[in-house]
Amino acid sequence: MLSCPLFRFVRDDKRIPFMRGRYAGLTTSAVLSLLSVVLFFAPGLKLGLDFRGGIVVEAHTQGPADFGKLRAALAEQHITAAGIQSFGAPDDVLIQLDMPSSGPQQEAETQQMVDHVRHAVVEAQPGTQVLRADAVGASVSKELFRDGLLALGSSLAMILIYIWVRFEWEFAVSAVITLVLDLTKTVGFLAITRFQFDLVMVAAILTILGYSTNDKVVVYDRVRENLRKYRTMPLRELLDLSINETLNRTLGTSSTVFLAALPLAIFGGHSLSGFATVMLFGIVVGTSSSIFIAAPLLLLMGEKRLRRNKVAS
Amino acid sequence: MYYSRLKMMGVLGICLLGLLLCIPNFMRAPAPHMPWRQIHLGLDLRGGSYLLMRLDQQSLAGDRLQTLEDEARQALLDKGLGYRDFQRDAAHRILSFAPRDAGEAEAAMKVVAALPQTVSNEFSVANQDGRIVLTLGREAVAQRAREAISQSIEIVRRRIDGTGAIDPEITREGDDRIVVELPGISDPQRIKALLGTTAKMTFRLLANSAGGTTAPPGATMLTDISTGQPLPVSDHVEVDGGDLTNAGAVIDQQSGNWAVTFTFDRSGARAFADTTRANVGRRFAIVLDNKVIEAPVIQTPITGGNGQITGNFTAQSATDLALMLRAGALPAPLSVIEQRSIGPSLGADSIRAGGISLGVGFVLVILFMVLFYGRFGLYANVALLANLVLMTAILSLFQATLTLPGMAGMLLTLGMAVDANILINERIREEVGRGRTALAAMQAGFERATSTIVDSNATAFLAHVMLFVFGTGPVRGFALTITIGIVTTLFTTLLLSRLLMVRWYALTRPSVLPV
Repeated sequence: MLSCPLFRFVRDDKRIPFMRGRYAGLTTSAVLSLLSVVLFFAPGLKLGLDFRGGIVVEAHTQGPADFGKLRAALAEQHITAAGIQSFGAPDDVLIQLDMPSSGPQQEAETQQMVDHVRHAVVEAQPGTQVLRADAVGASVSKELFRDGLLALGSSLAMILIYIWVRFEWEFAVSAVITLVLDLTKTVGFLAITRFQFDLVMVAAILTILGYSTNDKVVVYDRVRENLRKYRTMPLRELLDLSINETLNRTLGTSSTVFLAALPLAIFGGHSLSGFATVMLFGIVVGTSSSIFIAAPLLLLMGEKRLRRNKVAS
Repeated sequence: MYYSRLKMMGVLGICLLGLLLCIPNFMRAPAPHMPWRQIHLGLDLRGGSYLLMRLDQQSLAGDRLQTLEDEARQALLDKGLGYRDFQRDAAHRILSFAPRDAGEAEAAMKVVAALPQTVSNEFSVANQDGRIVLTLGREAVAQRAREAISQSIEIVRRRIDGTGAIDPEITREGDDRIVVELPGISDPQRIKALLGTTAKMTFRLLANSAGGTTAPPGATMLTDISTGQPLPVSDHVEVDGGDLTNAGAVIDQQSGNWAVTFTFDRSGARAFADTTRANVGRRFAIVLDNKVIEAPVIQTPITGGNGQITGNFTAQSATDLALMLRAGALPAPLSVIEQRSIGPSLGADSIRAGGISLGVGFVLVILFMVLFYGRFGLYANVALLANLVLMTAILSLFQATLTLPGMAGMLLTLGMAVDANILINERIREEVGRGRTALAAMQAGFERATSTIVDSNATAFLAHVMLFVFGTGPVRGFALTITIGIVTTLFTTLLLSRLLMVRWYALTRPSVLPV
């Protein structure tokens, strides 16, 4: 068993003409991304507590939750919840309160409210355990949102600069366009699945970006090497060759990362499965875009310039 | 491909050291005299509360404007200049007044501009339509806030320590914020109340014209918390709570109710004695945060430097007030702007779920690698395991906090480490396909894969460093794990995997590579 590999994704001498499907790939991607942008505006992302501000209380009741009682107990404290629902099991309750307006007064109120909600729940159904009680003020949620976007933007800029310096601008531009397409699709996925968009999701999106970049860098690395090696080969053939040469690696890595994230999506529980599911989506998108988007873009942009430069030098 | 004995020892030594550093994490209570370092579990994993508190800058500005007003009035009087209509606007950091007549405006401005400033350019003075306007600089207020935050952290720490909370973490964030982390406390209501009180205690006389609803000049109407009645309390502070040396909760011998006793320091005791001696028969108010707790009539002069407050206390409120008085007053109110509490059972669930997922993911990856790359896949697995050990070791050294996103980050690192090993194996395979000998193929494969691995990891490294710098909370923990993971990945794949392959080659001298 240890003497040689038991299986491969594709035979080493296989040559799949990927570039033949370049327009189909680009069109599909563009359409999907466009749809995602539409989804971003309607219905939009389901903002989590981090970016929306407000209160979330998760409680575990003894026996099935009695929503009527809970609602009455909250009403007694003059609290109208935006949502009382069960999640997972019938004895798990999720109570959400929105705090739309901001101002220091409002923030103090938010903080008092979370204590009221906590006690109302315990009083309504004795024996109830409060699993989680979060209250985020409006000013904080705005800051978190801004910081999240800043983190996202700066790491994207870093990726751009690095590829630009290490490769050539066609590579950097193709990579960044591909990443933006990946990013929009992930946002679309979030809009469809209605996962809460919070700080942890920002981490997931950044992971996808990082992973996708990693994938593209490896393919580009091979393209650059082949550009030096085969000085007269047409770019289209050269790209096909490079993709095929790295195909076993691309699929192998994606599979392992996919396998590593899969249990997290299945067993990760309430707090981690959303993250992991988005990761799984991102791995599929990132892998396919390395082949069907990043390389064709490079072909479109560099067909004349990259080749002529190389031949001349 | 030659590996010197020294280099080999070095690589193995680092792995061994990593293993050693991991051990404390599996011990319940590491030996106290050993320099063990453990990974901390984040609040999301072990349960507890996180409070983000903000200092009220406006209140600081208001306090400063108040003292400036007092100083300005005094200075103007000294120069024989008149004034009327003093107004303070803390929100805009403005103090303004009108001179007695327009002709004195110039002189009044000069006097006000010459008032002592606590920092350079603390305030500016201008003449606006006949009114003299004094504006505190934004930076000056921010500087006061920074000082106040440092002071507050000390006081917050003393107050929380007084409650017996275990391992609280109190850190400053930015110019005007404090983060309080309370492991094990999933209902932080008492702490919130304790920290939400400034606890500025003053002893002041009641103004003479007691009765009526408007305060006479130099006094303010304050509410008596036990009766709910407004009382005209003199603005002049006779004794300040800052002069207390001790406070404690006791049961009052006469009434059987809870009371708070306090002891003054030397200057406080003298001031207290002087005031009570000169004002026998008058009411003396004990004011806490602009509310009157108690306003007893002074029966006899109190010279011993001790006193007792008998408000309507419960055991808890008496203990908490004593605690706050001992810890000192906060320089400005703190308000909670973000609270996250996680119950212990949820944390335990998360650990279990995360642990199972990590374990299953790891087994799947190991199986995959052996099926895909045979012997070299097995070596890659050894490198992966070492990677996990080294990551844990470094996180322990940093005494980093492991959170759920951090666990996800570890999983992702495993994926990236697998990628590096796959890149190496694929390259070697290619070189074999080109007809190179086993040794040459290994050498060339490694060399070529290295530049790709460095490129892809450097991109990820930079991206995650940015994430760490600009991110907050969970994003940061996530970025930290991956940044560390990239370093250990480079070490284990480029050095350890290679070492294993080289040793295997040296021992067996195979003519065909198992790729």
